[in-house]
Amino acid sequence: MDLLNALVALTNFVIVPATAYGAQLALGALGVTLTVAVLRFTNVAHGDTMAFGTMVTILATWGLQSLGISAGPLPTALIALPVGIAVTAWLLLATDRMVYRFYRRNRASSAILLIVSIGVMFVMNGIVRLVIGVDEQRFDDGARFLVSARDFKEMTGLDEGLAIRSSQAITLVTALTVMVALFWFLNRTRSGKSMRAFADNRDLALLSGIDPDRVVRITWVLVAALATIAGTLYGLDKSFKPFTYFQLLLPIFAAAIVGGLGSPVGAIVGGFIIAFSEVGLTYAWKKVLGYTLPAGLAPDGLVQLLGTEYKNAVSFLILVLVLLIKPTGLFRGTST
Amino acid sequence: MTARTIAMFLLVLLLILLTGFLQSWNTALYILNMGLVSAIMALGLNAQWGFAGLFNVGVMGFVALGGLAAVLVSEPPVPEAWAAGGPRLLLALGTGLATIALVVAVHKRIGKRWLRIATTVILACLGFALYRMLFDPARDAIEAVDPATTGFLGGLGLPVLIAWPVGGLFAAGAAWIIGKTALGLRSDYLAIATLGISEIIISILRNEDWLARGVKNVVGIPRPVPYEIDLQQDPGFAGTAAGLGLDPVTASTLYVKLLYAGLFAIVLVALVVLSQLALNAPWGRMMRAIRDNETAAAAMGKDVTRRHLQVFILGSAVCGLAGAMMTTLDGQLTPGTYQPLRFTFLVWVMVIVGGSGNTLGGVLGGFLVFFLWVQVEPLGQALMQVLTLPLPDGALKGHLLESAAQMRLLTMGVVMLLVLRFAPRGLLPER
Repeated sequence: MDLLNALVALTNFVIVPATAYGAQLALGALGVTLTVAVLRFTNVAHGDTMAFGTMVTILATWGLQSLGISAGPLPTALIALPVGIAVTAWLLLATDRMVYRFYRRNRASSAILLIVSIGVMFVMNGIVRLVIGVDEQRFDDGARFLVSARDFKEMTGLDEGLAIRSSQAITLVTALTVMVALFWFLNRTRSGKSMRAFADNRDLALLSGIDPDRVVRITWVLVAALATIAGTLYGLDKSFKPFTYFQLLLPIFAAAIVGGLGSPVGAIVGGFIIAFSEVGLTYAWKKVLGYTLPAGLAPDGLVQLLGTEYKNAVSFLILVLVLLIKPTGLFRGTST
Repeated sequence: MTARTIAMFLLVLLLILLTGFLQSWNTALYILNMGLVSAIMALGLNAQWGFAGLFNVGVMGFVALGGLAAVLVSEPPVPEAWAAGGPRLLLALGTGLATIALVVAVHKRIGKRWLRIATTVILACLGFALYRMLFDPARDAIEAVDPATTGFLGGLGLPVLIAWPVGGLFAAGAAWIIGKTALGLRSDYLAIATLGISEIIISILRNEDWLARGVKNVVGIPRPVPYEIDLQQDPGFAGTAAGLGLDPVTASTLYVKLLYAGLFAIVLVALVVLSQLALNAPWGRMMRAIRDNETAAAAMGKDVTRRHLQVFILGSAVCGLAGAMMTTLDGQLTPGTYQPLRFTFLVWVMVIVGGSGNTLGGVLGGFLVFFLWVQVEPLGQALMQVLTLPLPDGALKGHLLESAAQMRLLTMGVVMLLVLRFAPRGLLPER
């Protein structure tokens, strides 16, 4: 019984939140890794792209809510998501047209593009702050729990409760769908294949008649979709605050680098590695250990390895370890 | 120095003087002082990006370390806190450092892969457990000492000017660690690593109350210049002020700001002269050669990674120095106010706008961009007032007026993108 309790506590406090968070990071890291693979630069503005996409989704959600449309038990934001993706895709395509295309045509180095993306980051951040402000926004509605702690306790008779918030379940389902769709697109469709060819060897792809502008446009649309979905899921799960989206940049990049920059599979694996380490290291293990260890050995303290304030330190430590031991990442990606 | 350089710096002077005549001399001197500090930060980043092509997206962290130095050097020590847990805390920190050293040493010695990994992990875990066992009670004891006013160990009680070079040393130490890991790999890895370390430094400053009171802030850091209140009570000063036609309160604030400006200007001029000398020396030619073609420079026998590490540490140290100066000017360390957009990316805008690779360009960018940073807000407000005049009073108008304060980020981004597109080498290009 104690062992079961320990398992439930572990699932409740570590596995479920970390899985949801990992899926969000993985989606973010996929966006980053696509930019690196196809467009060949590190996009610092990715966090703010996520914030922008989420903001549009929130505005659309409010619009739908005021019209009285809702998705029943699901959050309204899911219906609003296509609007968010469309507007973000439009913004990224416009940005590419006005900013990035010039440098791409000049064959500017990835370093210059990184700096350009700093400028883009300022502009996007400014737009988000102008439109929705800097305050925290909550936009989740619909059913709050898929399984609530009390129901679970009554059902199983255990001391520990297991709560699965609907936002966590939605995150997982959406993320899985998106990932499957993305891999299907990259591996099975003509456009996806031309994207991968372009990423592998740009000159060869150009020689075989692939339209580079089309590949770039498709990539930006995919990046917009991934960023908006990742941002919205994160916002539903926690809350929307423009500044926290900037701070997601570090775990997202750490995930992409751990998996190998430019490798989509790596981005997903990296996202989950970062999320599980972050939650695992900042979780207070007292409860779980109390159940599993014999009575005399149960710890007095919280057995929290790191304070939650230091969760960004976890992504950084993993990043440093990977840079020291295997700089190409777990799955070898592309190099700029 | 070309005519263009002189004209540009005259423009800066004009802008500051205009601020003085049209707004207030206090604002003008504030812009001047922060412009000097910003120019030094831009100088540090320019050494890294402009002279060596290294990405440092962690300027904020180095600046904050400089600020920490100002607290640790100049604040008076808190004897009760030291008595409560000082030595224990030092012991804990020593244990932590010893563990890291031991792990690194063992990692280097053992040849077998699985044995190496196993011993490293076990040693690291044991060391961490021991560290926490020593550290936690010591920290709690220190933070329990009069938490409303102290609750930290305090500093050394030395003159604050000593903190400036110490701030540089702190930043150099952090830069060494980062440089050792991330240099020599893909160029954008350094960017992500610096981004990470700067976030961590800020987290530490916010949460480690025993160190510098965290978000409770350390205020009233000792000054290198006299206090306004003392000046106002000094009859000689009041007499001089009256002779100039100023009331003693205004005169004292202006006088203090001018003293700071003098101190900062000395540092800035010294750094500019030093970096010009270095750039014209064989060292500077070598750095440019490495930046322009790493492979060729390596083929000529230059140790590229080592030189990169060197200039990365030097640039970060300059940022740390600027951070200590800024905290001295503010008289307080407020970790809650360190934002990457303000302290990292704004410095990037300064370097890009001013002219990367040109020492004076970075300095110019520091002044101009900081001027813009301060003035965009009132200008944006005024613009929004005019634009929203035809609108009826209501939620939308209120929202628009409120959001005008956020205009500065948008402006900075647009300025940076325009400069990158139409004058990619900045206002003062590298010769």
